[in-house]
Amino acid sequence: MIVGVLKEEPPGERRVAVTPDTVTQLQKLGYEVVVEPGAGAGSGFPDDRYEAAGAAIGAAEAADVVLGIGPPSPERLDALRPGATLIGLLSPRLRPDLVEDLAGRPLTALSLDAVPRISRAQSFDVLSSMANIAGYRAVIEAAHEFGRFFTGQVTAAGKVPPAKVLVAGAGVAGLAAIGAASSLGAIVRATDPRPEVADQVRSLGGDYLAVAEPEPDDDPGTGYAKEMSDDYNVRAAALYAEQCRDVDIVVTTALIPGRPAPKLITAEMVATMRPGSVIVDMAAANGGNVEGTVPGERVVTANGVIILGYTDLAGRLPAQASQLYGTNLVNLIQLMTPQRDGELVLDFDDVVQRSMTVVREGELTWPPPPVPVSAAPAAAQPVQRDAEADVPSRKADPALRRLGAAVAAAATFGLIAVSPAALQVHLTVFALAIVIGYYVIGNVHHALHTPLMSVTNAISGIIVVGALLQIGTGSAAITVLSLAAILLASINVFGGFAVTRRMLAMFVRS
Amino acid sequence: MTIATAATAAYIVAALFFIRALAGLSRHESARLGNTYGMLGMAVALVATVALTVDDDIGLPAFALLVAAVAVGALIGLNRARAVEMTAMPELIALLHSFVGLAAVLVGWSGYLHVEHHPEGAEATGLAREDMLGIHSAEVFIGVFIGAVTLTGSIVAFGKLSGRLKSAPLMLPGKNLLNVGALIAFAGLTAAFVAQPGLWSLIAVTAVALLLGWHLVASIGGGDMPVVVSMLNSYSGWAAAASGFLLGNDLLIIVGALVGSSGAYLSAIMCKAMNRSFLSVIAGGFGLEAPAASGGDHGRHREITPEGTAEALAAASSVIITPGYGMAVAQAQAPVAALTARLRDRGVQVRFGIHPVAGRLPGHMNVLLAEAKVPYDLVLEMDEINDDFGAADVVLVIGANDIVNPAAEEDPASPIAGMPVLEVWNAQQVVVFKRSMATGYAGVQNPLFFRDNTHMLFGDAKERVNDILQALDHLTPVGARR
Repeated sequence: MIVGVLKEEPPGERRVAVTPDTVTQLQKLGYEVVVEPGAGAGSGFPDDRYEAAGAAIGAAEAADVVLGIGPPSPERLDALRPGATLIGLLSPRLRPDLVEDLAGRPLTALSLDAVPRISRAQSFDVLSSMANIAGYRAVIEAAHEFGRFFTGQVTAAGKVPPAKVLVAGAGVAGLAAIGAASSLGAIVRATDPRPEVADQVRSLGGDYLAVAEPEPDDDPGTGYAKEMSDDYNVRAAALYAEQCRDVDIVVTTALIPGRPAPKLITAEMVATMRPGSVIVDMAAANGGNVEGTVPGERVVTANGVIILGYTDLAGRLPAQASQLYGTNLVNLIQLMTPQRDGELVLDFDDVVQRSMTVVREGELTWPPPPVPVSAAPAAAQPVQRDAEADVPSRKADPALRRLGAAVAAAATFGLIAVSPAALQVHLTVFALAIVIGYYVIGNVHHALHTPLMSVTNAISGIIVVGALLQIGTGSAAITVLSLAAILLASINVFGGFAVTRRMLAMFVRS
Repeated sequence: MTIATAATAAYIVAALFFIRALAGLSRHESARLGNTYGMLGMAVALVATVALTVDDDIGLPAFALLVAAVAVGALIGLNRARAVEMTAMPELIALLHSFVGLAAVLVGWSGYLHVEHHPEGAEATGLAREDMLGIHSAEVFIGVFIGAVTLTGSIVAFGKLSGRLKSAPLMLPGKNLLNVGALIAFAGLTAAFVAQPGLWSLIAVTAVALLLGWHLVASIGGGDMPVVVSMLNSYSGWAAAASGFLLGNDLLIIVGALVGSSGAYLSAIMCKAMNRSFLSVIAGGFGLEAPAASGGDHGRHREITPEGTAEALAAASSVIITPGYGMAVAQAQAPVAALTARLRDRGVQVRFGIHPVAGRLPGHMNVLLAEAKVPYDLVLEMDEINDDFGAADVVLVIGANDIVNPAAEEDPASPIAGMPVLEVWNAQQVVVFKRSMATGYAGVQNPLFFRDNTHMLFGDAKERVNDILQALDHLTPVGARR
């Protein structure tokens, strides 16, 4: 099949769905690739690099599989071949008009932003990839606007305090922002209604601020945050109000799928911030977390606080975004090309593919049935704790152990007490030797287990002594048996010691 | 001082030398000296015994045969020791165990032929006077029984280790009943033999023991071999001790007990490392029951190229390598050692994390790495290194699977739940060298492969490591860093 790569239409869109690297990977899956002229120019991939990777440059509309980022315009959709498959970020939840338009066409359309949040689908979860980039870029934009260092310094010209950054929402974007800000040297704090993200926040160098008494989360959920109760919101608002007075930078990332973004920062809170402070509202496209955000714009408030409502943060790192998007796309196509023969197969029994499909051969399949999220992050921690409790302890009850020891001692005593005197002497030696054997290797170094084993092996060849003692004691049969035993035991003795020597000679210190 | 008293004194000296040998083997610094003590002890014991036999006046032909048997045995043994590949050490050791087992059987049979077979003979009547005849008969049986179990057990272990036998566990119906039945038969036959010594019961007990030994080890799978080999090591010791009782020889008793208890202790360490109960190991057939199909949604694995791995390694400051049996199978230890040396030249800290049951023999990985000239102070055991994975930039998992499976800690329903494992997933990045996505020995899927920080590098471990070495050559030279 032929894969066509669209040049994105919107003027500000510099990303491209396929990079020269992923062209190679698509070819390995058996596809031919056609790239529209200038498709990668905005991301720094000129046409000749695509050609060098083996792609043809030409019109993508005639391809069997058409790859893009944003939804194509109706004119472009008209040009697509009947029966073609379109894959891109179609935002079916937010664009019912587009879904309706697609449903009237003889196409199959898959939306990458409808990937269910299950671990198997992570490798083509474009939203996560883009959120990661956007979170990073949000901090870079803030640093660009902020008139000071992020990191604290002591210089000859005086002491510079570090910037304080508050990140609201520790999802993928929030965590990326925390990581970027803390690696610039800022003091980073983060809030999130899900207390289980605290460790992730700390691992990236941030402090987790808990809203007092988080409520239990029984909802199996969608893997995304959900709307919180009023009581919780009141306490959260108090926390944000307090933090706004203290911090220099605020990055808000709170999104709830299918709903307008929650208002976290009110105009009053913004008014308490110092002049020159920067707010990056990453939820601007969905209405914003901050009162006063204008989507796509930079706004300066009366008290000199800069509010950035950019909605194209990921697109501002076009090369990076194209690379991750392209890799996600290849992972998806790999899943849909089970034979690696260049034939795209849509498997409706696979919940991932089912969930992404908006239209199948002209037939509307949106919305998909809900998918239970397998790896709810909330479950991870408690399970681990249960594991420790549930694994049956191998240690027996102490009372039982004492009883066992007593029985063993009594049995040993009974056995030896009835033994003839001659045997008792041997048993004494035997018992003591067992104890010595146990203690003498009690702290053997693990690395020496093999040499130890081969030396004990050689030593157990001592049985040759037994055979030697028997040899002179009579019948021919005994002599033959003894000679055989001597031969075998000698192999053991000499072989065992020699191989141990050889092994020990290999162990050297650096 | 007669020859006899001198021999007894020599035996005690030899026993002390052996104890010193085992003690020496527990540390690197004293290991070679320990081995020398062992040889010294053996020499003393042999000289004393030969002196005794000469004193017994066995006649020149018998003496010549004796010397010839020792010489031939020595020749074979030295030859094998020189030629053996280090990856084949487990097989060799299993084979040597079987020799001890067979020798113990032969000694037991000779004991029977010497004493019980001639009830009117001097020895038999002498023992009867001391009320020891019944004891002697029991000793013959015990010696033959342990020896025969060791013999067939070791042969099966040898077959499985060398790939001559299928390594999958044999699942006979009612296998525990079979084992217990064999023990009961042994007890019954012993009682019958003590009451009325007869050749037939001796043959019967030998057959029962041979079958039991075969069944015990056949029902254990290849991955549990470290435990099996050290268990057989222990059995061979007990077999020698039983022969000592039979002959009334304290040296044999001491040495047998030393080997027996130290082997048992080693097995106990192995069991702890696999979270198995010691008793169920000695009972045999402790292979995992049908593994729970832990299918479910694991996510997708990601692949990495050798070039990508080389870049990650070159950029790392701390690398930990965790080898498993797969490294031995692929004979990858030499390239791995070369990689270690190359990375150390670049200023990367490289260490090895060895799980106690990695490989098919306790300490097998250490020997392989030592053979490839990896300095032993870089090779750490699980407890020493487990806390350091969090600080490692890259972990290379080479041919290991179950011993790095996070399910052991996180999934109480997993068949390997509770087994201590190397916590490689705490590292920044994990690269797993593997032939395919097949499950490990325990048949348990490994969630490690699907973690975000894990990449799979498929193919033959040796070729892949060589590819990485080549890729490293093309990267920035050493001087360009720092």
